[in-house]
Amino acid sequence: MFTTPFDYRNAHSVQDVIEWLQEDPDNTKILAGGHSLLPLMKLRLSTVSHLIDIGQIPELQGIVLSDNELRIGAFTRYVQLVRDPSVALAAPLVAEAARVIGDLQVRNRGTIGGSLCHADPAADLPAALLALGAELEIAGPAGKRREDIDSFFLAPFITTLAPGEVLTAIRIPRIAQGARSIYLKRPHLASGYPIIGVAAWVVLRDAQVDSCRIAITGIGSVPFRAFSAEQMLVGQTFTRDVILRAAEQVASDQSFDDDDDGYKANLCRVYVTRALAALGNQG
Amino acid sequence: MADVIGSALKRHEDVRLIRGKGQYTDDIKLPGMLYAGIVRSPHAHARLVKVDVSRALKMPGVVAAFTGADLKDEVGFIPTAWIPPDSDMKMPPHPALAVDMVRYQGDGVAVVIAQTPAQARDGVDAVEVEYESLPAVTNPFAAAQEGAPLVHEDIAGNVAFHWKVGGDVEEIFNRAEVVVRQEFRQQRLVPNAMEPRSAVAQWNPATEELTLWATTQNPHIHRLLMSGILGIPEHKLRVVAIDVGGAFGSKISCYPDEIIVSWAARRLNRPVKWTETRTENFTVTSHGRDHVQEVALAGTKDGHIEAIRVKTYANLGAYLSTAAPGVPTILFGLIVNGAYAIPEASAEVYGMLTHTTPVDAYRGAGRPEATFLVERMVDLYAHAINKDPLEVRNINLIPAEAFPYTNPFGLQYDSGNYQGALAKALEIVDYAAFRREQENLRQQGKYIGIGFSTYVEMCGLGPSEVAGAVGFQGGLWESATVRVHPTGKVTVFTGASPHGQGEETTFAQIVAQELGVPPEDIEVVHGDTSKIAMGWGTYGSRTTVVGGAAIHLADQKVIAKARKIAAHKLEVGEDDVEFEQGIFSVKGLPARAVTFQEAALDAYLAWSLPAGMEPALEGTAFYNPENFTYPFGTHIAIVSVDPDTGDVELMRYVAVDDVGVVINPMLVEGQIHGGLVQGIGQALYEGVEYDTNGQLMTGSFLDYAMPKARFFPKFETAHTTTPSPHNPLGVKGVGETGAIASTPAVVNAVMDALAPFGIQDLPMPLTPRKVWQAIASKGGHMHVHDAI
Amino acid sequence: MSVTMTVNGTTITRSVEPRTLLVHFLRDEAGLTGTHVGCDTSQCGACTVLLNGDAVKSCTVLAVQANGAEVVTIEGLEQEVLHPVQQGFWEKHGLQCGFCTPGAMLTASYLLSTNPHPSETDIRDALDGLLCRCTGYETIVRSVQRAQEIMDERQTEERETKIG
Repeated sequence: MFTTPFDYRNAHSVQDVIEWLQEDPDNTKILAGGHSLLPLMKLRLSTVSHLIDIGQIPELQGIVLSDNELRIGAFTRYVQLVRDPSVALAAPLVAEAARVIGDLQVRNRGTIGGSLCHADPAADLPAALLALGAELEIAGPAGKRREDIDSFFLAPFITTLAPGEVLTAIRIPRIAQGARSIYLKRPHLASGYPIIGVAAWVVLRDAQVDSCRIAITGIGSVPFRAFSAEQMLVGQTFTRDVILRAAEQVASDQSFDDDDDGYKANLCRVYVTRALAALGNQG
Repeated sequence: MADVIGSALKRHEDVRLIRGKGQYTDDIKLPGMLYAGIVRSPHAHARLVKVDVSRALKMPGVVAAFTGADLKDEVGFIPTAWIPPDSDMKMPPHPALAVDMVRYQGDGVAVVIAQTPAQARDGVDAVEVEYESLPAVTNPFAAAQEGAPLVHEDIAGNVAFHWKVGGDVEEIFNRAEVVVRQEFRQQRLVPNAMEPRSAVAQWNPATEELTLWATTQNPHIHRLLMSGILGIPEHKLRVVAIDVGGAFGSKISCYPDEIIVSWAARRLNRPVKWTETRTENFTVTSHGRDHVQEVALAGTKDGHIEAIRVKTYANLGAYLSTAAPGVPTILFGLIVNGAYAIPEASAEVYGMLTHTTPVDAYRGAGRPEATFLVERMVDLYAHAINKDPLEVRNINLIPAEAFPYTNPFGLQYDSGNYQGALAKALEIVDYAAFRREQENLRQQGKYIGIGFSTYVEMCGLGPSEVAGAVGFQGGLWESATVRVHPTGKVTVFTGASPHGQGEETTFAQIVAQELGVPPEDIEVVHGDTSKIAMGWGTYGSRTTVVGGAAIHLADQKVIAKARKIAAHKLEVGEDDVEFEQGIFSVKGLPARAVTFQEAALDAYLAWSLPAGMEPALEGTAFYNPENFTYPFGTHIAIVSVDPDTGDVELMRYVAVDDVGVVINPMLVEGQIHGGLVQGIGQALYEGVEYDTNGQLMTGSFLDYAMPKARFFPKFETAHTTTPSPHNPLGVKGVGETGAIASTPAVVNAVMDALAPFGIQDLPMPLTPRKVWQAIASKGGHMHVHDAI
Repeated sequence: MSVTMTVNGTTITRSVEPRTLLVHFLRDEAGLTGTHVGCDTSQCGACTVLLNGDAVKSCTVLAVQANGAEVVTIEGLEQEVLHPVQQGFWEKHGLQCGFCTPGAMLTASYLLSTNPHPSETDIRDALDGLLCRCTGYETIVRSVQRAQEIMDERQTEERETKIG
């Protein structure tokens, strides 16, 4: 319940953060919403000497909608994603995923950037952001860079962020006109984390799949795109059989840990099927 | 004034609790207070090679640190308070801090005491402990096998006791037309009262008195046990439980932590507080259930149950907790026939020691374990003889005219109308319509099921003679003092120790009704050994049954004296005075009257009392019940099972309970709801898992699935009322019914839903993965109901 | 570090270690013990308070993060009369042991401030961050529904008083 002692600094610019991170990179952590980090520190599973609070940095805040993309500051709380009209308009999938994260108290504190950088394999937002092809803005000692979210997650709790780097914003291309989207989650009974979360969107033209994306979180070691199923679906009539085949494809492409009984593969099949079937029933 | 008994009075205790003004133990802050942190073993079984506190003593703010070696000559072993007769029980020594061995994950090895809680926590990390890890055993059946690691070297086979009750049923089994056998695993549960345990101890060097504020259900039992352990005489030891944030059995036990802070407060001559974290709560606060049961039922082909036989390996954990041996024996074995007129029964219990957290009472304590097995066996038997489970229940339920009914173990069920409760439940659920719908849905590949639990339980603990006969090292009567003040306001002192059940209100209702005093003029005092001479606490659905009856008796003493005073004032004979709704009046002359308040004032002024009468107005009574009470009822669960995922959805839950006379229907409903959620939690969600090294795998709310609001439909509750004939209030007790009845109802419903797959039993909790595995192994396959 | 915040309308400044959690600041520094600690993994919600109007788990916020903030705890819910949520919990038996109750009531008041007419499903979903071991939740749901009625009644009264 009590963390180990640490010193605390309140950053006022991204530059502050980059500089301070370099002072003692191994023992310094960034504090955003705190809902992943503080519980670990309270259990003393994580010990930190220096905490940098990024809650007061204007550059990390705000949601801006332009003609072709949505830019979300890294320090944007889940509740803002749920309520923001431009998110609802340009990336409803993000709002839908944010709405089922944790509980309302958690949504009032947790941030999109914190979730991505913590890289818990059982997090909701990565699925939505993968499905939407988000791009990450990252600042570091060597300057700014951008990275496709597809390559960001390396392993559980490990990302491509280099020491001294800070995630500053998430850029999301506007979802295609006429796209139907869904985030279907199966929460763990105790923790509320997704056992599996399927984010998907599809554009249908004359009942045929014009374009689509499927991304899955919770069930693998990192959130992943279902590329081969997406490819298989494009150009097909969106029927029950096609959906079942796509779901089968997703499940068989993956190997799951701790799955001797095939339950996880089955959940994968069932949830992809249900998500796609729900898309079929929309509109 | 309308009847107060039976009305849904808003709770008196809420006035403080909804304002954040409750006083829980952790809220106490005393001048000069220090904070304790306990170093706990990460191993389930290990030899203590070295415990070195020297680094901790150098940490900022650390005032002291002690090990088991420091305590062992000054602090006695912690005893259990229950020794089942004829069981050859062996009580392993339980030191407050381990001396040479640790026997479960969480066993305390040292205490660090510092200026702040955070410093105490830092100090805990600085204690250096060297362990030599040893093999562990966690399952009670495995612990009984040859070669299992021993928990205590001198207790052979890890058997703390072997207890047997009932007749010889072998002959019946040998000739029976039908015998059904089943093994059940009553999984281990974590009580998880929302308030973690806490203790604050203060030593007064002038009076040599120790005061302990503690999260306890039974401060007087704590005082009794602790006086022996600490060597502080009872009259110099005060135990106080102000507001306690739920317990469910887990705050009965006398714990090492409370003893450690008490000893340290005296040693350091400073107040010391210890409050557990939830993580500690998961590993060191007593757990519940944990049986491996082998059950057999003998019956006829036409549905008459002839005998039931139970053999149980009950897990007691590493040490014997305060009430632990009584739970799987007396509170379990004596009632395994349930609500059925089964002529012969036997129960055999092995009390097993394992390298796990001590097990003690958890809501229902023994009776859920008994009710589950008999309710499940009735369904399995019905299936075996191809009859409807409802029909088998109708054949075997004890008939209303058979009460008082003596069960095969000699318990005398006080009163009941089991068929009446069942009939009422069937008014709420149209059984025939359900079966039709079930058949229709099965055709569409959808699976719903219905489950019954026509339960009875043993409540209102209890007759002290029986307590003694069954080995409880205490009485089970209860005390009450009803003190009327000169102005007619009333303070009630009870030896029961409610902690959420609402008896500050219920007891005020009893007194208001009987004395004719407004409920707002009555204050109920509980949970302080310096204010209440003696009492046995709150558990076993006893508070209103036994504590309430004691108040009723105390009320009668008050009324008798006040009547004499009123008669004296009215200048009539005592027999000519009537007492109704707070007014003494002369029979036939209602205008000639004295109010209760006037009589009270007269009693204190003592200007003119009847000759020889002592002043003041107060009644003290001790109620020792002549029997237990036996609430009963019918619960019906309706579930649907999703064969694609194994998800079980509780669609409807109907509870018809007969708890005798209801004093506050709102509070009774609250007790039932709370019990239901715990019982359903056992059926579907909750369960402790250890790995092979004895590590707790479900040690937080992230892993241990506590029921949440969105898991449940609206509950449908109803009552029948069969007063207990021997209880002066007619009450039977309600605290545990929901938890006792609901678990088998839900499991029966799930098994009914799964019947088309040929699945008859699955171990609890019925998690989706387990249910899906069972369906998949029977060739179930994915359906896409919602597909386009 | 020096931390200043307004708690239930009163501004307080204390010097605390950076590791001090908001819940400990409230209990130990502000002396407001109505906010309870029920777990150490941010699950149970007993410690829920309003931080700048938002329901948050005060065990998962550092006191320094709340520097300059407005905090409302259970002790600040009542104004001249009981808050509708307090009244609702009292009338509908929304509490037994009372330990999770402060968190439950602040969560409920937050829900009603953001969604004045929640459905039963909305209420049960909003309680996802709250563990109650006593009530079985249904009476909490009823309490929130009753609180909403009281809010509506009080609003109507207010309007009528103004018109009158």
